[in-house]
Amino acid sequence: MSATTHTNTASAAHGTLASYVTGFILCLILTGLSFGAVMGGVLPPEKILGAISGLAVVQLLVQLIVFLHLGLAPEQRNYTVIGALTVLLIATIVIGSLWVMHNANVNMMPTQMSVERALSKD
Amino acid sequence: MSTALATNTHAAAHAAHDHSHSHDDGSKTVLGFWLYLMSDCLIFSCLFATFAVLAGNVADAPTGKQLFDLPYVAGETVLLLVSSFTFGLAMLNMHAGRQAQVIAWLGVTFLVGAGFIGMEVHEFAALIGEGAGPGRSAFLSAYFTLVGTHGLHVTAGLLWLAVMMHQTAKFGLDGIVRRRLSCLSLFWHFLDLIWICVFTFVYLRGAL
Repeated sequence: MSATTHTNTASAAHGTLASYVTGFILCLILTGLSFGAVMGGVLPPEKILGAISGLAVVQLLVQLIVFLHLGLAPEQRNYTVIGALTVLLIATIVIGSLWVMHNANVNMMPTQMSVERALSKD
Repeated sequence: MSTALATNTHAAAHAAHDHSHSHDDGSKTVLGFWLYLMSDCLIFSCLFATFAVLAGNVADAPTGKQLFDLPYVAGETVLLLVSSFTFGLAMLNMHAGRQAQVIAWLGVTFLVGAGFIGMEVHEFAALIGEGAGPGRSAFLSAYFTLVGTHGLHVTAGLLWLAVMMHQTAKFGLDGIVRRRLSCLSLFWHFLDLIWICVFTFVYLRGAL
């Protein structure tokens, strides 16, 4: 990743024109599939969320490997480990928030109250 | 401008600033920048979690399904993806030591990125014009905060791109400019990663 090491660590850490073009085309296809799944109406509605989430994860991985050069080579490993730990933190924050707030909604929200009544604060 | 004298003056100027790092080859700086990006990731994950919790709280205001124009969002997505690719071409040219091409591809990246920001500002203005501004509902507050934070990051990236075009032209592709371009490259590609989550979990999910 640095000026002094870039000459001896060949294309793995920087990519090549071919890897960038491949990554770009893959991302275009994955993006097209995501938008197509929602706009095209081909999939049954209950499967769409799973499909677009899966496509997003694949595209994140493609970009992490091709554009951000994450990998298991010695000079890439620090980046990959830090990234993986961050994913764990993100999962904790996002899944934890959704879980806690879902329970709070289910158990604590008044279910019979209309928006008008809530706004009038009676 | 690419004379040895200019380069030496530049290096000397930086040796004065970065005195304690004078033996650093730049790899630690880039790794440190990656750590910053990961902490930025946590900011975004909090905003995504907030948005996910509040997405259903529309308070009789228009929903995402009524507001979001998916072909328009697809256009924004393609612009950001193209800018990521052109930045990659700038980096390939940097490693090959081709200064003029680096500046040219950074310029293309800047224009495409500016196109993305232009589309986003237009989208926000249209929403606010329809009365669906950030004050209308919890859903819209969370939407503007999340997408707006990403937009501010891209705007900062545009500013940084302009600065790096100038520095590349002035100092050439010396070690310091290469290190800064490597950091900017991580930053720019990182913003495309965030955008993948935005278009999937905000726009596409909202339109379901």
